[in-house]
Formats: sequence, structure tokens, C-alpha cells
Amino acid sequence: MEAATVKNIYKSHSPLVEALMRLHKNRTAVVGLVVVGIFVFLALFGHWIAPHDPFEQSLYTKLKPPFWEPKYAEGYFLGTDDFGRDLLSRIIYGARISMLVGTVSVSISLFFGTIAGAVAGFYRGWIDIVIMRLMDILLAIPSILLAIVIVAFLGPSLENAMIAIGVVSIPRYARIVRGSVLEEYSKDYVQAARSLGASDFRLIFIHILPNCLAPLIVQTTLGFASAILEAAALSFLGLGAQPPTPEWGAMLASGRALILRAWWVVTFPGIMILLAVLGFNLLGDGLRDALDPRLRD
Amino acid sequence: MLYYVFKKLAQVIPTLLGLSVLIFLMIHLVPGDPAEMMLGERANEQSLKELRHQLGLDLPLYVQYGRFIGRLVQGDLGRALRTNEKITTEIKEHFPATVELSLVAIVFAIVFGMLAGIVSATRQYSLFDYGSMVLSLIGVSMPIFWLGLVLMIIFSVKLGWLPLSGRLSYDIVLEPITHLYLVDSILQGNWAAFKDALHHLIMPAFTLSTIPMAIIARMTRSSMLEVLRQDYIRTAKAKGLSPRIVHYKHALKNALIPVVTIIGLQFSILLGGAILTETIFAWPGIGSWLLHSVYARDFNAVQGGTMIIAIVFVLINLLVDITYAWINPRIKV
Repeated sequence: MEAATVKNIYKSHSPLVEALMRLHKNRTAVVGLVVVGIFVFLALFGHWIAPHDPFEQSLYTKLKPPFWEPKYAEGYFLGTDDFGRDLLSRIIYGARISMLVGTVSVSISLFFGTIAGAVAGFYRGWIDIVIMRLMDILLAIPSILLAIVIVAFLGPSLENAMIAIGVVSIPRYARIVRGSVLEEYSKDYVQAARSLGASDFRLIFIHILPNCLAPLIVQTTLGFASAILEAAALSFLGLGAQPPTPEWGAMLASGRALILRAWWVVTFPGIMILLAVLGFNLLGDGLRDALDPRLRD
Repeated sequence: MLYYVFKKLAQVIPTLLGLSVLIFLMIHLVPGDPAEMMLGERANEQSLKELRHQLGLDLPLYVQYGRFIGRLVQGDLGRALRTNEKITTEIKEHFPATVELSLVAIVFAIVFGMLAGIVSATRQYSLFDYGSMVLSLIGVSMPIFWLGLVLMIIFSVKLGWLPLSGRLSYDIVLEPITHLYLVDSILQGNWAAFKDALHHLIMPAFTLSTIPMAIIARMTRSSMLEVLRQDYIRTAKAKGLSPRIVHYKHALKNALIPVVTIIGLQFSILLGGAILTETIFAWPGIGSWLLHSVYARDFNAVQGGTMIIAIVFVLINLLVDITYAWINPRIKV
């Protein structure tokens, strides 16, 4: 009887299940997860949901307002833009582009940031100094400015915007990984693996890095938020996605001239940006609480 | 203290050198020939050659960098191709507008952010607390270029309370002294100009302040809540002091230390945000100037402008670091 109770108390779940349980208890994180889930769904299945082709133009449906206004055109719930394109379909397709931007640019910064941080933390010495100084230099300019300058020289396009956003975020990941690697390096299990003859590559990627995952997952989630925001900003400035691409920032830019006549053209894409960024930020904050209680502020 | 200042200064120099290399090399990122990119495809060989020579692109890389640094140290960044003005002159013209905008924005952020944070903390779980925390959550995720447009629709287009864009109305005459219009108009006692400049400033400054304001509000709240849980606060309450004195005299001072740290970190957000804000409100600052140079493919001006902004930014951060060490000597350890 007693043995059973003791067993019960110490019945432990895997770290993943425990993290999920803590995440579940955090209300804002659940809201974030739902919002992010909706955007992922829109990105994957938008072509089934969108009522119209996002590129289809029509003179007859030019600048129609959303459904609660008197001049509303049947079938165009959120109204149309100056080319008569359905706004709802365009913002739904925009989700796909923003998720793509987030995935590509976060992958770039995650990949290079992890390698740079791991190498710096593992080998230390001059290589650490060189890498981290380089990261400090990248951090010495406001990220959006650096991204603008990179795109200015590479040429304005969505691809280059993704590269620029990926590059400017590398230092964030490098710093986190370096810190975690430094912390893990001196632990017994690393020494044990080393004495068994594990190569540096194996030590870093098989033994050490999996133990640094928690802060990385948090940063990746928050990184999605800033990547979406920065990409929209670049497109808004005409340096990212080009018209007629249904990217939210680009839609805002082309709607700017219409704010006197058609408020809806600039309102809905902005709300989508805000919601997507908010979703990832909420989820990131919640994950931080769930995965790494030490980081809680 | 002096040792700390020197140590920080010594750290800044390699950063600035690295930055100069990075910014210098960027022109070589251009796919193909930068001169052709700047002049367009139909430029003839002669003018391309001249431009290459003018920019020094026909020289070996290390010579080009040497010239870049040599001129930079002398405060010469060359001429902007777009206007044929000296780049330093153009930057001097546009910088005060950005400074004025950023200063007013940070004042907004500090005043409203702290107020919201303090009231939220002293009335935890009240309606105000929930409301301001939801707002601050939205604030940190706000695409400010969109917020600017929405504010324009509401306050300029629909209500007509505030001017749509620019720094000053056309019919207002103001002699520039510091180029900070609020200061200039006070110095000259020109209250019509002051009112007009202030009207033009409100929307852009508020837009720019959103994200820092939200961050400051959240930080003030959490820091204040932490302090309010401490023993000396309970003692003060037990002595029978009024909540107002306990909150504002005892708790606030200690709660503000981490908030001050956060405020210093907001300059990065401000400078980045200034580019977007200035573009929306046609604010003639350094951000919109840089962006116009980008549009005009004036790589010379982009390089020079970025370098100057980076230097200013690094120096501001240095100043912030030193100020902290001065306020809170424990940081130096």
C-alpha cells in the first residue's frame, strides 16, 4: 500500500508531457496556440477556403465595401480593392506567404545561429571571440535598418527580404546556443561521452544541443513573430513582396493611397499582421513559462 | 568609474571598425555591377566608367576600404548622387527631425507606460489591470506602420483633429535655430508655430512610442508587484502609512531600477521604428531620407547614412551603459 503511494508520487512524465501540461494550464499560451493553429490552417488549406481567386480582377467590383455597408457587393464579404480583387481571399492567401516567410527566415537564423553559437561555446578561445564579436557587430544596428540595407543592395524581392530577416536574427540564436553550450559543456555526461571517444560533432549535436532545446524553441516561436512583422514592414516599404502578391504588408502599401476613400483596404491586412504576430508572441511567452521556468520574468 | 568608461570605449572601437567593414562590403553584395544598378540598364559605357571612377570601384578592394575609412574619419562621406549635395550636409539637415520625434516618443512611452504599469500593479486583478495588460500585449505585437495609417484615418480623415503629415503647416514661418521645432518656437516665443509643430508631432510620436510604451508598462507592473511583496512594504503598511505613501514613496523608487534599464534598450526599437513612422507621416527625418536613397539606388548615400546611424546608435548605447554604471555602481562588477 505504502509502496504504491510512493510510486504514485514519483510517477513522472516525460519532459515533453510535463511541458505540455504546464502549457495547457497557461491560458494566454492556449490562446496563442489556437491563433497560430488558425493561421497555419489558413496557410495550408487557404485555397479551399478562399471564396475567390486572389488575383482575379474585375472592373465591376472595384472598391466595394465590406458586407455591413450599403454598397456591398454580393459574395465579397470584406470588400474589394482598387482592382476589384476579393480582400478576404487575398488576406487568406497572405497567411501562406507570412508563414512561408516565418519558416524560411527563422530556418536561416536558426541554422546559422545554432552552428555559430555551438562552435563558439564548444571551442571557446579565439574562435569564440571572433564569432561573438561578429554577432555584436550585427546587433549594433537596429535589425530593421540592417534588413533594409541588405535588401537595398541585394534588390527588392520577397526572397531577399527573407534572407535579410534571417541574417539579422542570427545573433539572437547564436547567443542563446553559446550560453547553453557553455553551461552544459562542463557537466559529467559530456565528459563521460568524451571519454568514450565521441567526436566533437557527436558531442555537440547528439549530446549537448538536445539539452539546450528549451530556450531555442522559445526563441524560434518569438522569432516567427518578429520575422512576420519585419517582412510585412519590408513589403510595406516596397522592399519585400511585390504587387500583385497578396502579402499583407504589400497590400497595406498599395492601399495607402486609398485611405481617404476605402478604409477597409488598409484595415484588414493590418489586423491579420497584428493577430499573427500576437499569436506567436503569446505562444512564445507561454512556452517560456512551460519549458524553462528559470526564464520567467 | 573612469576605468569602466575606458573599458567600454575600448570595446566600442572594434565594433565600429567591424561595422565599417560590413557596411563597406555591402556595395559588393550587389548582383552585377553597382554602377549599372545605379544608372540603369541604358546608361552608356562612358558614364558608367565615370561613376565607377567617382566611387572608386575601379580600385583594389583594400584601397577602396582605406579611402572609405580615411574619409569617414575626416567626416566626409562623399556626395549623394540623388541631389549632388554632401551626404554629411544632408544628414545634418535631417537628423534633428528624427531626434525630436524620438525624444517626444520616448517621453510618451515613459509617462504613459509607467503610469499604466504602476496603476495596474497597485490595483492588481482590477478591470484597469486586465485592460492595460491586454493593451500592452497588443502593443508589443503592433505593426506600427499600420497603426499610423489607422490613426490617420481616425484623427485626420474622419475627425479632422490632427494634420495628416509633415512637420509644420505651409503658412507657418519659423526661423530654424536648433532645428528642433518645438524648441525653436519656444526660443522665439512663436506660440502659433509651437502649437502647429505639436499638432504635427502627436500622431507620429504616439505611433513610434507604442512598442516601447507597452514594454515599459509590462516591466513597471511586474517590477512593482515584486517590490510590493517585500517585507519592508508590509512593515510600512503595518506602521499605518497610507497606501499612497507606501506605493509612491517606498515601493516606486526600488521598482524603477529595472525599468530604467529597459528604457535604455528602447533606442534600438525607436531608431528602427523611426524609419517606418517617418515614411508614413512624410516626416523629413533621417529614416525617410535613407529610404529615399534606397529607392533612388543611391548606394553611396545608403552606405554613408547607415554608417552614421550605426555610429550614433553605438554611442547612444555606450552612453546608456555608462549612465547605468553611474546610477547603479553594482553593474560594474
